[in-house]
Amino acid sequence: MTPLLEVHHLRVTYRKTTVLDVDHLTLEPGEVLAVIGPNGAGKSTLLRVLAALERPAQGQLRYRGIPLDWKNTLTYRRRNAVVLQEPLLLDMSVYANVALGLNLRGRRGAQVREKVENWLNRFRVLHLAHQSALTLSGGEARRVALARAFVLDPDILFLDEPFSGLDVLAREDILSDLRRVLRETNTTGFLVTHDRDEALALGDRVVVLMQGRVRQIGTPREVFTRPVDREVAQFVGVENILAGRVTGESATGVRVHIAASLTLNVAQSWSQPPEVWACIRPEHIHLGNPEFARPGATTFDARVEEVIPLGSRVKVVLRVDEVVLTSVLGYAHWANMGLGEGEKVVATISPSDVHLIAR
Amino acid sequence: MDTIIQGIQEAIRLLIHRDPYVLEITALTLRVSGTATLIAVFLGLGAGVLLAFADFPGRRFVIAAVNTGMGLPPVVVGLVVALFLWRSGPLGTLGLIYTPTAMIIAQTLIALPMITGLSMAALQQLDPRLHWQLLGLGASRLQLILLLLWETRLLLLAAVIAGFGAVISEVGASMMVGGNIAHYTRVLTTATVLETSKGNFALAMALSTILIALTYLVTFALTSLQQKARRV
Repeated sequence: MTPLLEVHHLRVTYRKTTVLDVDHLTLEPGEVLAVIGPNGAGKSTLLRVLAALERPAQGQLRYRGIPLDWKNTLTYRRRNAVVLQEPLLLDMSVYANVALGLNLRGRRGAQVREKVENWLNRFRVLHLAHQSALTLSGGEARRVALARAFVLDPDILFLDEPFSGLDVLAREDILSDLRRVLRETNTTGFLVTHDRDEALALGDRVVVLMQGRVRQIGTPREVFTRPVDREVAQFVGVENILAGRVTGESATGVRVHIAASLTLNVAQSWSQPPEVWACIRPEHIHLGNPEFARPGATTFDARVEEVIPLGSRVKVVLRVDEVVLTSVLGYAHWANMGLGEGEKVVATISPSDVHLIAR
Repeated sequence: MDTIIQGIQEAIRLLIHRDPYVLEITALTLRVSGTATLIAVFLGLGAGVLLAFADFPGRRFVIAAVNTGMGLPPVVVGLVVALFLWRSGPLGTLGLIYTPTAMIIAQTLIALPMITGLSMAALQQLDPRLHWQLLGLGASRLQLILLLLWETRLLLLAAVIAGFGAVISEVGASMMVGGNIAHYTRVLTTATVLETSKGNFALAMALSTILIALTYLVTFALTSLQQKARRV
C-alpha cells in the first residue's frame, strides 16, 4: 500500500546549521505516528515541514505517492489540518473559529453549521459556541482548537504538543476525548510530543527524534522496552541502565554479570563483544513474593534505600552490592507489603524484560 | 478670554446661518483630508504588511525611515512636494501646484508613514505562530493577510485615527502647495492663519472651533467603529 505521506532525504537548515536531517519516514493511512524527543530535537520543525508550513532546504515530500509542489501547497494544506501548541484562536466567536477552515475553503450555509455544531458537541464545547474565543479557559480553548481541525475532516491531522501547559486533570480529560475521536474517525495523525504517556496513549508507531535525526521507529512497546541505544533508553524512561558482562549462555538466552550477588538471565541472544548495558524499565522489577515469577526469572535479595511516593505509584530505590536499581510499583501493592527504608526485599526480573545494548 | 467666548459664539452663529464661506472651507477640508487619509490607508496597509512579513535587503533601513517619517514636519513635506510640483519642477507640467490635488498629495505623504509604521507594529505584535496556524487551516496567502489584518483591526483603526488627526490639523504643507486661494484651496487651518494675521480673532477662533468639532466628530465615528469591533 502506498503510504499516505512519505519523506526522503529531508534537511532543514537555519543559518547554515542543520536542525533536521531525516533520511526516510512514512505515514501510513489510518495510523497515528507519535514523534517523541527532547526539547530542541527538531520535532516541531518536522511537523511544520510535513504540514507544508515551512519549506525545507532539501528533500522530497510525497503525498499519496505524488511529489509535493512547494510552489503551490494550498491544495495539500486544504486536505489536512494543524493543531499547534497554543490554541491560537482568532478574535471571533467560538463558532466562527471552528467554521473558519470551512469558510476559507469557500464553504458556507447550513451544511457548515451542522458540521461545526457536531464537532463542538463531540468535544463538549457546544454551549460555548456564541462566546468570544478569547474568554475561554485553557482546556476549553484546546477543545475548540481540536474541533476546528476535525471539522475539516482532514486526511492528516498534525498535532504539535496539543496538551502543553494544561493542568493534569484537563490534560487527561482532553487526551481521552482525542483518543476516542481519533479511533472513531480512523483519522491519520502525526503527533509531536515530549511526553511519553501521550505517545503511548495515542501512537500506533513511535519515532524517537534526537538532534534532528531519527534514532528509532517502532511500536510503542518496541521503543519503550527495546531502545536502540543508551540515550534513547534514558529518554524513553528506562531508569535502570546497568553496566554488565555477558558470561555465558543460559536455557533462555544469555547470562549477564552485573554484581557479585546479581547475575541476570536474559532472553536475548548475544554475539557482539561481551560488555553490555542491561536496560530494565522500573516497572519490570517486581518486589515481594517470587512464586509468581516466570520460569528462568532472576531472583535476588536487595536492600531498600529509599521510598518515594508518586501518587498512585511508589518508586523504590534498591541496592545490591554496589549497584543501585529503581523499581516502581502500585501504591496498593506497596502498602500491602509494608515495605520501609532499610529493609530487605526479594526482587524478580523476567528474562524477557531485560534488553541488552552494546556498551 | 473674551475672544475665545466670542469665537465660540461666532462659530455657532456661522453654523446656524449656514455661512457659505465657512461651509465651503469645511467641505474642502473634509474632502482633502478624507481623501488623503483614504489613499494613505490603502498604501500604508500594503506597505505595513510588506514591512511586517517580507524579508528583503535594506528592510531595517526602510523601517527606520518610516519611523522617522512618522514625526516629519508638514512644512518639510510641503516644501518637497512644492519643489516637485513647481512649474519648473520635475512634475511641473502637470500643473498641480496650488490645487486641492497638490494638497491631497502632501497630506497623503504626511499620513502615509504614520499608517505604515503603526500597522507594521500592529501586525508584528501578533503571535508569529498564528501564521502557521492559519496556513495549517488552509488559508491562501491573501486570506492569511486579511485574517491577520482582522486580528489587528483595533490597532489599525487607531492608526487611521492618528493619520486623519495629523492631516486635518496640519497647516504648513497645505499653505505651501495649496496657496490658501479663496474658494479654491482654502481649508480651515489656512483660513485660521489668514484671519489671525488680519486681526479677525473672533472669526479665527470660530474656524478653529469648527476644526476641533469636525476632528472630534470624525474621530468619534472611527472610535465607535473600533469599539464596536471589540465586541464579538
